[in-house]
Amino acid sequence: MSTVVLLLVTGLGLGALYFLVASGLSLIYGLMGVLNFAHGSFLTFAAFLGWETARALGADTWGALGVALLVGAAAGAIVAAGTELLLIRRLYERHIEQVLVTVGLALASVALFDGIWGTDPQFIRGPAWLAETTEILGARIPNNRFLLIAVAVVVLLLIVLFLRFTRYGLIIRAGVENRSMVTALGIDVRRAFTVVFAIGGAAAGIGGVLASHYFGYVSPQLGGSLLIFAFIVTVIGGLGSLPGAAVASVVVAVLQQFANFYLGGTGDLVVVLLLAVVLLVRPRGLFGRAA
Amino acid sequence: MSTPVLSVRGLAASIGHQPVVEHVDLEVQPGSVTAILGRNGAGKTSTIKGILGLIARTAGEVELAGERIDGLATHRIVQRGVGYVPEDREVFASLTVAENLRLAERDASPRRELVAELFPDIIARQAQRAGTLSGGQQQMVSLARALLNENRILLIDEPTKGLAPKLVTEVAEALARAAEVVPILLVEQNLQVAKHLAQSVVVIAGGRSVHAGPASEFFADEDRVERLLGVHGEAHA
Amino acid sequence: MNTVRRLWAKPAVRWGLAGALVAFAAALPLLNIVVPGVLPGPTYTPGALQILALALIFSALALSYHVLFGVSGMLSFGHALYFAVGAYGLGIVLERTGLDLLPAVGITLAGAILIAGVLGAISLRVSGISFAMVTLAFAQAGSVLIRRNPGVTGGEEGLGLPTAQVPDWLVGVADTRNLYWLALAVIVVVFLVVRWFERSRAGHVAAAVRENELRVRVLGLPPLRVKLLAFVVGSTLAAVSGMLFLLLQSGVTPRAISADFTLTILVIVVLGGVGSRWGAVIGGIVYTILDQRLTALAGSEWVDALPAVLRIPLSEPLFILGTLFILVVLFLPGGIVGLAGRVGRRRTTTGDARDRLEETT
Repeated sequence: MSTVVLLLVTGLGLGALYFLVASGLSLIYGLMGVLNFAHGSFLTFAAFLGWETARALGADTWGALGVALLVGAAAGAIVAAGTELLLIRRLYERHIEQVLVTVGLALASVALFDGIWGTDPQFIRGPAWLAETTEILGARIPNNRFLLIAVAVVVLLLIVLFLRFTRYGLIIRAGVENRSMVTALGIDVRRAFTVVFAIGGAAAGIGGVLASHYFGYVSPQLGGSLLIFAFIVTVIGGLGSLPGAAVASVVVAVLQQFANFYLGGTGDLVVVLLLAVVLLVRPRGLFGRAA
Repeated sequence: MSTPVLSVRGLAASIGHQPVVEHVDLEVQPGSVTAILGRNGAGKTSTIKGILGLIARTAGEVELAGERIDGLATHRIVQRGVGYVPEDREVFASLTVAENLRLAERDASPRRELVAELFPDIIARQAQRAGTLSGGQQQMVSLARALLNENRILLIDEPTKGLAPKLVTEVAEALARAAEVVPILLVEQNLQVAKHLAQSVVVIAGGRSVHAGPASEFFADEDRVERLLGVHGEAHA
Repeated sequence: MNTVRRLWAKPAVRWGLAGALVAFAAALPLLNIVVPGVLPGPTYTPGALQILALALIFSALALSYHVLFGVSGMLSFGHALYFAVGAYGLGIVLERTGLDLLPAVGITLAGAILIAGVLGAISLRVSGISFAMVTLAFAQAGSVLIRRNPGVTGGEEGLGLPTAQVPDWLVGVADTRNLYWLALAVIVVVFLVVRWFERSRAGHVAAAVRENELRVRVLGLPPLRVKLLAFVVGSTLAAVSGMLFLLLQSGVTPRAISADFTLTILVIVVLGGVGSRWGAVIGGIVYTILDQRLTALAGSEWVDALPAVLRIPLSEPLFILGTLFILVVLFLPGGIVGLAGRVGRRRTTTGDARDRLEETT
């Protein structure tokens, strides 16, 4: 029983991480039709900046972690918005070139991180509580999982509130459904593009800082390895659907944990198998719109 | 002869590499309704979309109250005072009625009273998700969206399509009321509605405007109506 | 200029030029041409031939991707999987079955076709961006399989080529030129196969699907079958490149199946020019040159002397490549072939890269 609880909570924690990355990907694709390969780099950049910040402020305090999270969110948002303004916007309506440009950016940025911080993982420290465990129903669960889950829930709530109650949120929700009609109402959708990139970048940034605590290190490869799972989650959940990303994140991550434990480390393969099954049975994903 | 509210000369447009409008000339005079008529696939909807820039305009000039708008992006054209009611309504299904309307509001004090007067049913359903409305109700939302702002002209594409006769009458009444405050360029397959509302007609065939003139004169010549449109002046589905 | 254009239009002239090019390439191991900065020695040396052969393999791989992306508009992010199927497949078959080279190649080819058929059928349930992500996921699964089974695949260390069953004239440093000639023969065959496919009925339907899938369906043609055929053809050709790679390098590492590698293939195709066979070939050669040059540049003293803000990025070859790629996509969407076409003021076979993706909206 305690094993099941441990796997479940760890799965939820990892799912929270996937959600933080996938939420941005899903919204960006839903509104703009762009597959953002550079999303992982936003995450990595934020993770490094967060780490440097925490180091400068005294790594084992909660204050430092809080500031690191803010810095990560801001860094992710700024880099993402910059990417949209400088690169994506020039290729308006040319979806394939937009994807290609993010590929180039991903390639160049990881190399840049290699150059600045070196290719080896840097181990990080955080508040002592994160490294400890709490006992629940007989399972000893690392506390960083709880932090991840809590933060992801808060981020989800914030995004939902933003979408529900702000004008940009309204524009984004309408635009995900029917972008050309939004334009035909006299609204410049392109500004919403920047906003969506910024939101996705901020979420990825927060995810990056937390990922470094979850895995215990930062490295230039951090974003890329998470990105593939975020892609899978987005497809399974349904491109463009925020609730889909949330549900799929949890399902995928929990499945991964159980498969890794009970089926001898095959978590990654099982996830890909799940993707194949979803595609065969329901190609648009759990919550996706029919083509 | 005052400046037409909308003037289109030599419009050509394509979807992808496929030309769908070859050469269209038309005008909408202030305070009037101009109907675009034509068989299925003639290019009526494409003409509207070409004016708005929703599909690629490859040639021609479009002027709104004397100002060239043909090079502008769609949202800029709309901001200058063009209301659009698309074929198939295109309300945002996942948004509520109120949100659909709020999204469309551009002006400081939109024509809320007029909309409330013309569409009391949908005002009552403000909190309802637009996707759960009936076809007729969605059409009302789509019309209300365009009427909310003080537009210089409304481009309305087949508003009675797929509606039951009673609703067709309601929509036609609403359009007649709307025409009192704003000129309309109306694409209609339902000739009764077009006859009822329009002062001028433009007939489009094969992507070209083949006739333009006063509505009464056009409908009086039944042979010509049948030749160009293939019907006896009755509504068809 | 006009006479050049008229001459260029004659197929006989083009075939003649192509033939001359191939003959020249075949003669390289017998010539003493030096290309400083790119080739480590004159063209008759094994070191230079190794690099030239590698360039040909990359070109062949780019051609195989062209069948998917350039012709049929399928953006795959998992193409490296089939390259690895070829390389690892051949290695494992040779090691486990003790068969000679030719039968082992046959088995590996059959396996590649089978895998491509099954995975392609699943992946093609979706299209566009979803398809891209699914192919990425499958490649990732392959990567995991390879890394986690060191007993079969050699894990992170990679798989060595069991040389016992390989004919002598293909093994050993002194025989590099035989491998080079083999690579040249292979790329000529691959080029002809791709050309044949593009000109076949299936190829024409695939191109039509790329432009407008809906219309193809309305015409009663089966887009799925054609796409699957293109997918299998392209993937199998990739596997052929992989097998050649194993022979040339006498081994293969998990890098061959990494996402990085598929992206590299994508970079090659875009650099050369999407939608053009010669673009793929040129892309492969240019990439190899760049790879050599950039590594040299990154390690050079000139870069070392720069202030940190320039030195750090410029000392990473992939940074330069990535930036170059971004610039090409932004400002030179037709790639090198597109540029040459513009210079010669002649319509190229390259359409806009944007036409390459089938949209589903």
